[in-house]
Amino acid sequence: MSARALGEPILSVDNISLSFGGVNALSGVSFHVRSHEILAIIGPNGAGKSSLLNVINGVYHPSKGTVTYKGTTRRQMRPHEAASQGIARTFQNIALFKGMTVLDNIMTGRTLKMHAGFLSQCLYFGKARREELEHRWKVENIIDFLQIESIRKTPVGRLPYGLQKRVELGRALAAEPELLLLDEPMAGMNVEEKQDMSRFILDVNDEFGTTIVLIEHDMGVVMDLSDRVVVLDYGRKIGDGSPDEVRANQAVIDAYLGVAH
Amino acid sequence: MAQSAAASSLAADTFPMLLLQHARVRPDRVGIREKDLGIWQSWTWSQVADEVRALACGLAAHGFRRGMNLAIIGDNRPRLYWSFAVAQSLGGVPVPIYQDSVAQEMLYVLENAEIEYAIVEDQEQVDKLLEILPQYPHLKYIYYDNPRGLRHYGQGQLMPYEELREIGREYDEAHPDFFARAVAEGKPDEVCVILYTSGTTSKPKGVCLTHAAFIAAARGDAKFDGFTPDDEVLSYLPMAWVGDHLFSYAQALVAGFTVNCPESSETVMTDLREIGPTYYFAPPRVFENLLTTVMIRIDDASWIKRHLFHYFMGVARRCGAEIMDRKAVPLAERLLYFLGNFLVYGPLRNVLGMSRIRVAYTGGAAIGPDLYRFYRSIGVNLKQLYGQTETSVYVCKQPDGEAKLDTVGKPLPGVDIRITDSGEIWVKTPGMLKEYYKRPDATAESISPDGYFMTGDAGFFGDDGHLRIIDRAKDVGKLTDGTLFAPQFLENKLKFFPYIKEAVCFGDKRDMVCAFVNIDVQAVGNWAEKRGLAYAGYVDLAAKPEVYALIEECVDKVNADLAREPHLDGSQIRRFLVLHKELDADDDELTRTRKVRRGFIGEKYAPLVTALYGAAESCRIETQVKFEDGRTGSIRAEVRVRDVQPVPSRSDRKVA
Repeated sequence: MSARALGEPILSVDNISLSFGGVNALSGVSFHVRSHEILAIIGPNGAGKSSLLNVINGVYHPSKGTVTYKGTTRRQMRPHEAASQGIARTFQNIALFKGMTVLDNIMTGRTLKMHAGFLSQCLYFGKARREELEHRWKVENIIDFLQIESIRKTPVGRLPYGLQKRVELGRALAAEPELLLLDEPMAGMNVEEKQDMSRFILDVNDEFGTTIVLIEHDMGVVMDLSDRVVVLDYGRKIGDGSPDEVRANQAVIDAYLGVAH
Repeated sequence: MAQSAAASSLAADTFPMLLLQHARVRPDRVGIREKDLGIWQSWTWSQVADEVRALACGLAAHGFRRGMNLAIIGDNRPRLYWSFAVAQSLGGVPVPIYQDSVAQEMLYVLENAEIEYAIVEDQEQVDKLLEILPQYPHLKYIYYDNPRGLRHYGQGQLMPYEELREIGREYDEAHPDFFARAVAEGKPDEVCVILYTSGTTSKPKGVCLTHAAFIAAARGDAKFDGFTPDDEVLSYLPMAWVGDHLFSYAQALVAGFTVNCPESSETVMTDLREIGPTYYFAPPRVFENLLTTVMIRIDDASWIKRHLFHYFMGVARRCGAEIMDRKAVPLAERLLYFLGNFLVYGPLRNVLGMSRIRVAYTGGAAIGPDLYRFYRSIGVNLKQLYGQTETSVYVCKQPDGEAKLDTVGKPLPGVDIRITDSGEIWVKTPGMLKEYYKRPDATAESISPDGYFMTGDAGFFGDDGHLRIIDRAKDVGKLTDGTLFAPQFLENKLKFFPYIKEAVCFGDKRDMVCAFVNIDVQAVGNWAEKRGLAYAGYVDLAAKPEVYALIEECVDKVNADLAREPHLDGSQIRRFLVLHKELDADDDELTRTRKVRRGFIGEKYAPLVTALYGAAESCRIETQVKFEDGRTGSIRAEVRVRDVQPVPSRSDRKVA
């Protein structure tokens, strides 16, 4: 881990506010992520963590504030723009195509990289054929990386939860993202599955240099994995620092142990 | 093709020479395949020879010399198989180490074999070697096949496989005749591999086998079963096991057939199907796992498929094995089997990856009758063999058409077997070990002055010329009337019944054989539930008269089996009891590998043993037990003893 050099900020979130009707999901949240970093966002239920991820990849549009990604500042981004800029994500509730095989699901992650025309794709001819072979090679590399060779041709719906999570990570990786957003990658997993997933997250970060922002509830995992931790509570940022700093932060302790507000 | 292969391979008498010969005779045929990134990658014999040449030169450039040992650790990968030939062509000795051993277990082998060079598969193995580096600083080089995760490792000993190959190519250019000379210097009587036998009781011993021995064994096998360069095998058993070494390395190099390496250990089932090997070798455990997978899927299948399966499996059980052995079978059965083959057995063999199997072997442990019959009945030519690391697994094999459940076959050509007075099997075989590495004491203990290897197994030859293994020689005793008593043999026979979990037989220096039986609470529990038999836990269930009757049926069947063997007829089980508690490793009644500790159990339950050999109908006993949390308690029970009528021996009565 220490051998990794952290780079310049790749993403800055500046004074973001988001409200649904009268509910303020986020108010005035600012933080930045440096390239090659693993940043964890933690906080109690309803603190606004998932909303924040949704703002970053353009699903929600904030009422105030800006997001700067790779030097470009904008008020709002559309999801497909985020994807083409190199932001990929996984979801809290797995969002895979249940009836399709693992291979096909991961292949869908390559969609944005496919350039051949409709007709040649239909005929599997020329550029489409070359592209398909290249994509398949990339996807096979991901399958090898995540060690899911044995379920390559299995429909996703038949797989246990932990493996589905891994497939979802695979699909996100297929887009060759620079910034990977993981929404509770380890929810509902047993200890062994969590260990596996942690190792894969570290390996992704190490092998491909991918910057990772993850939401996670398991404090053990968060403290072991992340370089930095951002803590949200009731839509506000109450802590930001190394795992050790955050652990010692009184506001964070209060938020988790419950103190009268 | 087969003949020319056999004839031409006779000239080469070391493994590297065999490899070079294949590269010359059939340069463009596929020597080895591996599935990588979802696609089967092939290497022809000439490519394999090139790789071996480059790598050998690389090792030589790093100072690997004649007589040194090279550790090889990892799953079945082409590059690791080549490493055997690499070490051998330099006059060194490859030492494969089980890839799942923990670092401390590896330490012993590294020290014993004075390893300085190691070729390993991946980060997992590198980590283990680095962990023991402080205790074993003599490791000079660790070459790794898969660089994943190793990028930030700074240790000077580490080097990727590709880099070694590059160094080798440069060295080869500078010394173009080095490799050919090194291979030519190899002598058939030099050690070609050291295989460590897993020591359950003592430290592992390194078995040194020579080129001559291993090649003789592999040639004998190839001739016996007619292996040709057209055969295909899938290699997925540990490389450090003699079985895999024989099958994936020695026989492959002798017969020139193609070795296929699976994508990963989890994909073996799929890979088997894709390759469709023609020859297959696995311990019984693997066959059992395959069958379990199938049975689970059948249980999940639709009603029609399930019933079709069970109906035709019934047909296969009745006549499948007989049809394969070309015995007389009624026409109606034959037609049904033909239909079954089309509807069930064929597709089933395909799912198991056994559609093209010409010959399959199992060995190393006793195989259950149901398991054995299952594979044979669906048309898989599964046979048994007998041999050990020390004999290059070249002792006995069942010839085609003579597959029998309780034998291990006839002695192979060139093998001489002697049964000593105590019933121990002594073997003289072309595949004999040279010695145990650095253990002259152990060598002297295992090889008789006139050159027989003392196997430590007890057995006898039946009238059909087949060898039967009954037990470890040290466990075999005699009844007072002189009849052979092989406790483990009897216990295994009992344990093949699903209702019996453990069995302990007594009889040494006594007038008859008696047994303790442990019921399998799950299987017997299910059986009881189906009959509406109420019970309150193990102790209660074990004491039920109905359960006694069930177990008696099993004992009767074992006795009927024994009655067929004149050697064993006298050791029929006369009295038995169902133990009131499950034998447990926590109570020291079993070893950690679940072997019964007969002596200890006999002492612990002395009153029960007395009851067995007395006239008592039952016996009260109280036993201390240790619970999993460490507390102790006691179980009290009244254990009944049941008499069994012995089955008259075969000469008096025809046994079903």
